[in-house]
Amino acid sequence: MGHVEEATRFVADAARTSWHDESLWFVRAKRDRAADTVPDWEALREEAAMIKQDALTRLPQLWDEFETNARAAGAVVHWARDAEEHNTIVSTLLQERGIRRVVKSKSMLTEECHLNPHLERHGIEIVDTDLGERIVQLRHEPPSHIVMPAIHLRREEVGKLFEAEMGSPPGLVDPDELTAIARKDLRARFLGAQAGLTGVNFAVAESGSFVVVSNEGNADLGTALPDLHIASVGLEKIIPAQRDLAPFLRLLARSATGQAITTYTSHFRGPRRAETPQSDHAADAEDTEDASQELHIVVVDNGRSRLLAQPAYRAALACIRCGACLNTCPVYRRSGGHSYGATIPGPIGSVLEPSRDPAAHRELPHACSLCGSCSNICPVKIPLHHQLLTLRSDLTAAGQGRPSGRWAFALAACAFRHPRLYDLASRLGRRIARGLPPTLITRLAAPWTRERALPEIPARSFRELYRDRTTTDSRRQEGSVQR
Amino acid sequence: MRLALMIPCYIDQLKPEVGIAALRVLEACGHEVVFPEAQTCCGQPFLTAGEVERAKPLGAHYIHVFESFDFVVTPSGSCSATIRRHLPSWIEGSAAEQTAGRTLEFCEFLASEEGGGEALPTGRFDHRVGLHASCHALRELGLGTPTETRNAPIADPAAKLLSRIEGLELVDLTRRDECCGFGGLFSVAEEAVSCRMGLDRLADHQGARAAVIASTDASCLMHLEGLATKRGMPFRMMHVAEILAASCLPAEDDGSHNLRIPVPAGDADADARRDEVRDGTR
Repeated sequence: MGHVEEATRFVADAARTSWHDESLWFVRAKRDRAADTVPDWEALREEAAMIKQDALTRLPQLWDEFETNARAAGAVVHWARDAEEHNTIVSTLLQERGIRRVVKSKSMLTEECHLNPHLERHGIEIVDTDLGERIVQLRHEPPSHIVMPAIHLRREEVGKLFEAEMGSPPGLVDPDELTAIARKDLRARFLGAQAGLTGVNFAVAESGSFVVVSNEGNADLGTALPDLHIASVGLEKIIPAQRDLAPFLRLLARSATGQAITTYTSHFRGPRRAETPQSDHAADAEDTEDASQELHIVVVDNGRSRLLAQPAYRAALACIRCGACLNTCPVYRRSGGHSYGATIPGPIGSVLEPSRDPAAHRELPHACSLCGSCSNICPVKIPLHHQLLTLRSDLTAAGQGRPSGRWAFALAACAFRHPRLYDLASRLGRRIARGLPPTLITRLAAPWTRERALPEIPARSFRELYRDRTTTDSRRQEGSVQR
Repeated sequence: MRLALMIPCYIDQLKPEVGIAALRVLEACGHEVVFPEAQTCCGQPFLTAGEVERAKPLGAHYIHVFESFDFVVTPSGSCSATIRRHLPSWIEGSAAEQTAGRTLEFCEFLASEEGGGEALPTGRFDHRVGLHASCHALRELGLGTPTETRNAPIADPAAKLLSRIEGLELVDLTRRDECCGFGGLFSVAEEAVSCRMGLDRLADHQGARAAVIASTDASCLMHLEGLATKRGMPFRMMHVAEILAASCLPAEDDGSHNLRIPVPAGDADADARRDEVRDGTR
């Protein structure tokens, strides 16, 4: 089913739609208040956008620099052309070490690559440790939001799920109590995990380090214990220097959840060491002998370089996955993340997903009223709604446009090119419409009239009234002259 | 100064009174207004449907019709945004750029230096008015300050014009710049979400006890009117030009601007209906 059908189903439950809309609007409002606390919010957005656009013009150099520095710090860097290569690299690393149990913190990239089912097929148990991700994992469904994966669920539904999956007492709905139950269940899995998988929010070229932000500390816990840490990172996540982190960290938490900063901002540089070095500088270069862990970084393209080659859409690679465009999108709030049928829903997903698979996602650029709120809220100033508009015509040109109504557009365009034809056709059309029984018009105009009354069709158009008016005016003037 | 009036095709065909109101207000401000009859459509429906190739010839036609004028004024935030933001990318050359740059939304023009909006007599309009922000006037043309951005505030010319009218009370909305869900083709292609968005807007206006919903885009208003009429909600939809004409200008001979605006429902009533809209009848 496409977005239209899924959205129609979502909206049919009016109370749930209200609740979904209001939950997300609450986050949007929180983001607004957080943005108010930064005196130069717009300058910060501009700075972040510039850093990303600059980085995107020299990805190869930056990644070379990153690889050199990451290797010097003791990490191994892998390169994956697509999702399949990424998954194979990860499963091979695990299998070579006889690993059967892994924990994973939030990573949209691994969702995009469908890593979980791949590992499960190889007999590896993978547990998502972000609470929201864990909930949707237990429900065998994809996340409906890139920051709040289970935002589509009510606490009652989570209570029922935990009752079935973790044996929690029936009827439990208190979020704190439910969290405590999940925490206890997850703690055992953290302790038993043989490898920790994470995503990457920012990879820094000059230091070969990367940053993972979280609110639950699950990325730290998941990587602090096991002997293997695998970090998956999208090709677009690189920034040149350590100091460039500042604008992004300030923007990301505020845009995502309205927090000044996430609870955890974890910097990883090389593998964990047996003993904490005296100072950070002591950990410099080539001292991998005392590492008590292996660190593997998998850099994934999976269509990103294709997007990079398209100037009209390149800016979308600046996305830092904050989810602000989802929260502000009036369509997303009223149709739910699953209606998009894509790993990344909402405005940014509707730009990114059709570039990966146009045939599967050709509808998405049309799931948008072009209100422009997403472009204004985006912390890295991606012109999302203009990209969606451009994408519509590009998909049409590629034979993936709207399937229906093209002949009507052709006819209308023809009339509009010929003013007399337009005048004649519209006069005729209005006369016919006025003559038809209202019930028939209502039926003919069904998608408009199911929920809406048709406007009364006027006897005369503006141009006819204008003609009358000018004639009356000139007559009036003539009259006054004669008098 | 040669001033052309550009009337969007849907106003021409379905809401001619909006065009007449705009024409009368511009004339009352001392302008000599020409309506070039060869004009048709700005191309927006084709652009948004993903048929930009069909929009381009209409852009060329637009330039042909309007390039000789000093200003092209149109009572539509959406159509002026199409011309200003997109036309120059359809057609190369300075004529496109200049004609596009001289195309102004009606309120934007009136509030500008050349617009002469202050020449309009101060009228009277004893109603509570909810101003529905046109997304394209606000976010494409920059007429006002969107809630998302933190740039220096920009005055909304429509609000400015309305605030001059005595007795007119602009109500405070909880989401003052949320989209109504019209979106052109979106309104029929994504019917369910579109209607739900519109109903949520109506609920907001109802909660603020607005009797009149005003906008710079008659297309948003047609969508909202359709939803309200179907549900018997007591709103009157008026383009800002209509409010200005009705309150500041003498009634025209045909008396078409005599207003009968229903008194807004009382609080309890409004709340009940609001719940009904938001939560579905239970």
